[in-house]
Amino acid sequence: MKTRDLTELAARNLREAVLRNSLTTLGIAVGVASLVAMLSLGVGLQELANKKLSKSGLFDAVFVSSKTNQRGIGRQNPPESSTPKEPAKILDNEARQKIAALQNVVEVYPEIRFPTEIQFEGKPYSTTVAGIPPSAKAEGAFDGMKGNFFSNPDADEAILQIEFAKDLSSQPDSLIGKNLVLRYAERQPLPAEPTTKKSKNAAPGADSADEITGQSPGFSIVPREKTFRIIGIVETEPATSVGSFGRGRLLIPMQVAEVLRVAQANDLRGLLRRSSSKQTYDSLTVRVKSPTQVKSVEDTIQQMGYGTFSLLDATKSLRLVFAVFDLFLGIFGSLALAVASLGIVNTLVMAILERRREIGILKALGAADRDIRRLFFAEAGVMGLLGGIFGVTLGWLIGTALTFGTNVYLRQRDLPPIDLSSIPWWMVAGAIGFSIVVSLAAGIYPASRAAKLNPVEALRYE
Amino acid sequence: MGDALVHAVDEVTVSVRPKEFVALLGSSGSGKSTLLNLMAGLDRPSSGAIFAHGRNLAEMSSEDLAQHRSHTIGMVFQAFNLLPRMTLEENVELPLRLAEVDRNNRAGRVREAVERVRLSARLTHRPSELSGGEQQRAALARALVNRPTILLADEPTGNLDSATGDAILHLLQEINESLGMTIVMVTHDRDRAARYAHRIITMGDGKLLSDGTKI
Repeated sequence: MKTRDLTELAARNLREAVLRNSLTTLGIAVGVASLVAMLSLGVGLQELANKKLSKSGLFDAVFVSSKTNQRGIGRQNPPESSTPKEPAKILDNEARQKIAALQNVVEVYPEIRFPTEIQFEGKPYSTTVAGIPPSAKAEGAFDGMKGNFFSNPDADEAILQIEFAKDLSSQPDSLIGKNLVLRYAERQPLPAEPTTKKSKNAAPGADSADEITGQSPGFSIVPREKTFRIIGIVETEPATSVGSFGRGRLLIPMQVAEVLRVAQANDLRGLLRRSSSKQTYDSLTVRVKSPTQVKSVEDTIQQMGYGTFSLLDATKSLRLVFAVFDLFLGIFGSLALAVASLGIVNTLVMAILERRREIGILKALGAADRDIRRLFFAEAGVMGLLGGIFGVTLGWLIGTALTFGTNVYLRQRDLPPIDLSSIPWWMVAGAIGFSIVVSLAAGIYPASRAAKLNPVEALRYE
Repeated sequence: MGDALVHAVDEVTVSVRPKEFVALLGSSGSGKSTLLNLMAGLDRPSSGAIFAHGRNLAEMSSEDLAQHRSHTIGMVFQAFNLLPRMTLEENVELPLRLAEVDRNNRAGRVREAVERVRLSARLTHRPSELSGGEQQRAALARALVNRPTILLADEPTGNLDSATGDAILHLLQEINESLGMTIVMVTHDRDRAARYAHRIITMGDGKLLSDGTKI
């Protein structure tokens, strides 16, 4: 029999016992739907976690310090010798340029955060100012912010943290567009003064000595003021570096913050350790293109002689957790599908009993065993296809309903909405394909049984 | 059958010539239906041979037997055996589907067969909407549609009243004469067998009792 005739006959047979066949198809659909819903939930949560984590600015960053003995979380360093082999290298501007020039590095910036005072509408407020690098714009913290991110990296603009904004005004939204005056202490180098030459290498802990520079190591502090325009209000606080989880309430562009040359707490320590006023950093944050490149960048920086720190290992364990999670969800979904395929076997075996006579007639009219087998097979396949399509739709609906419900819940708690379930195209194709394959496999036994039916006995059957 | 010789179980040896109308007579359980099924290739003999057009059905693969049923044999049953959910037209078309006849030729072939049994007005009706006689004529059209050379009829009038039964037998006679189709008909009605068939073969307990007697 030609395929088209076979399909027509199969479709016809399916239509004739519409109730039984739709119930079987529904059984398959429910199996596929639970599979799809569970997998989509797994994939969705994984994507959510990945997105939130990569946007947190923590997993694509390497924190560089001048110390060589810093450990990463969960990382096993080789046992260190009690005395460093070589003195720690200073993180200066030169090092910063070098690191910035490395492959896959997006940005290198220091941590700038200082407590200070601002003037707003004539009243003073004390607060903490933090410099925000341009790359932070992509971070989750700025999703759903009010107003805008900095228009350009050196704009005199400020973003307020919501708590601080509430301090300034009972209606925080009205602050956008207003100006505030930042008062800060600028560090100014002292005039040059003759210095004596020092030995190149000092004892450990004293860091390295600088060459004679014509500058004094000391500095003076001068109070300054600068006006910023408020352009946005952010709810959560962006993490710009490991040290600054929190506590930046007034955010200004990193580049502007650097130019201010604000005296920071560690300047005093630096003054004691160094004999130069040359700009040095306690630590630098290196933003890498993607978390996958963190390892190579980190290795390169370590080879340059600096201490590094990243949270890469944390994501690795997270991925493992999700893989196991997916596996379990998949197993439960497959169980549902196994039950559904038993339904197919049952339906088709029943159909053979019911259609014995018809099979006998077809054989008497010239149908070969192969034709009968293919007919039953095609019916199983069509049920699988329809069940698959319907199941994917149903699974998608379940996922959407779950997402909707979750978002209602989140909205009640003033949290941003999320995509809980995700059905990528491969899952759609895979689920339908799987459904067909399972249905065909379930159809093998009934089909071959039908094909082997003795036509004489089948015709005698009433 | 055709120009072939038929050996069946219980040492029955029968030969049917082309264009012959043979009645296979016997009480129930006499083996006449089994003999018919063997000729049709629906059943296989445990020993012996059945030749149709020179080919031994006993040695054919099940695939070849299906081909034999499809192209050489047309069958009519006592219970009509139409598929209840198909229209008359679809029922008649079914053997064409199984024989993989080209789609464009099917409608013509169906019309031709239905005209021959004079059911053209009933094409779109389902079997349940037809009378017994009409159903048997539809079954006859279905048996003819593939233009077989041999028509096997298993008690074709068994479920019909005598007038309708006669009409069917007339039709068989007509087909035998106009198309030159070989007909083997199983019946237990000796009178009718005598009236329509060229030759009567009588069976009892699976054995051949008589051959050729027309009473």
